[in-house]
Amino acid sequence: MRLQIPIAMGFLAGVFMFVQFFIPHQMIKASFKDALDWAIIVGGFALVLGLGSLFRTHVEKIRHRREGFGYSFVTLISFAVMFVFGIVWKTDPGTVFDWLFMNVQVPLEATMFSLLAFFIASAAYRTFRARSVEATLLLLAAVIVMLGRVPISDKIPYLNLHEITEWIMMVPTVAAKRGILFGVALGAVATALRIILGLERSHLGGGGGQ
Amino acid sequence: MWKKLLYFDRRIIFALIALVVIIPFLTEWRASHGQITPSTQNLYNEIESLKPGTPVMLVFDYGPSGMPELHPMATALARHILSRDLRLLGLAIVITGPSLCHDAVTPVAEELDKIEGVDWVNLGWVPGFVLPITQMGEDIKRTYPTDFQGRATAELPVMAGIRDYQDIGLIIDLAAGNAPGAWIAYAHDPYKVKLAAGITAVMATDYYVYLQTGQLCGLLNGLKGAAEYEHLIGKKGFGYLGMSSQSVAHLVIILFVIIGNIGYFTVRRRRRGSE
Repeated sequence: MRLQIPIAMGFLAGVFMFVQFFIPHQMIKASFKDALDWAIIVGGFALVLGLGSLFRTHVEKIRHRREGFGYSFVTLISFAVMFVFGIVWKTDPGTVFDWLFMNVQVPLEATMFSLLAFFIASAAYRTFRARSVEATLLLLAAVIVMLGRVPISDKIPYLNLHEITEWIMMVPTVAAKRGILFGVALGAVATALRIILGLERSHLGGGGGQ
Repeated sequence: MWKKLLYFDRRIIFALIALVVIIPFLTEWRASHGQITPSTQNLYNEIESLKPGTPVMLVFDYGPSGMPELHPMATALARHILSRDLRLLGLAIVITGPSLCHDAVTPVAEELDKIEGVDWVNLGWVPGFVLPITQMGEDIKRTYPTDFQGRATAELPVMAGIRDYQDIGLIIDLAAGNAPGAWIAYAHDPYKVKLAAGITAVMATDYYVYLQTGQLCGLLNGLKGAAEYEHLIGKKGFGYLGMSSQSVAHLVIILFVIIGNIGYFTVRRRRRGSE
């Protein structure tokens, strides 16, 4: 029963969401609204579960003195500070929570992301080689797009790199991307059908599908 | 010599990149916006075509890591929307969005004498990612019952006459992740609401597809998109400033690639010659 009931619920919910798309009846629309409300409530609970899981993982790491457990201290302290300030004094603009977000989290995340520029530059120098025809094409496309994305390309005579860049983005890139998207979409449909029909059970925990 | 050059300390590369990024911020030199991309122009035209009072959703689906590219877009778009007397509804389906909405829109609104709750609103964040997008197709005020400051949205003058997507003139999703895909699938396609996006440059290839199909009516692509938009509205900001650093950094990276390839082929030819 522990397996059959969730599978039956998944089947009914999946079929309902599929059917409601094609039937614009008032009763179906009202049920759809209720289903969305329920989904948001369940989403809220999932958030609480996620926080519980984060807390448990780091407490375990500290308790067993696993490698890098010091970072777990930082995580838990940061979590507790933001939690207390957020719950007690709220998250409105001008509160301590908001100040911590704008003056601690923003610079920290921006710093992490900005490191990407340094690694891209280093990786480009060391690995971006015209070793084969394919690699040369990739290299040329990358150089053209990089130049085409900055205004200095307008200064290069006889070559409208801006337009060539737009062509690369709109024609070969879109062609390749559309192929990938078709594959992903078909895969998603197949997975959804497997879940609705109860063939895929990994989301219920304790193993994969049939 | 080439062999040494091929394997020199990568910290030199890091230092050079740091210099070319920092120096333009300290000088008066500014790169231009370059040619205006059609997708940027389309978004600008779309906002220009809306009648005053039309609600426009500006969605903040990014976190601090996306700020350098997306925040200048947000500021420029907020300025354009508010200066045209359109109603700005700021919201987020990503939890970090509301604070960034406040940070981007408030100074612009104050400068243009626009009142929060009357001319614009920060609706905040609702969990569920695609769920609020779908639910807004039925009722926006039910999805966001209170704004970021806890006021009932049903009582705010800015929300008067707004029920669902049929009352929204345009949605602009500023995102550093896959949120625009969700807005396309769950807002544009079923409800036919006009949708545009502002994205980081690394994500651009993912969204040109939707631009071509017309599912996106406009697209701001990275810092260049922000600089282009700042040029269109006639107010230069951080997009222009960042574009100066990006211009030089791109040139330096291309130079590294050229030097690396010359070194690679020179070493390979000598190695073959000695065999």
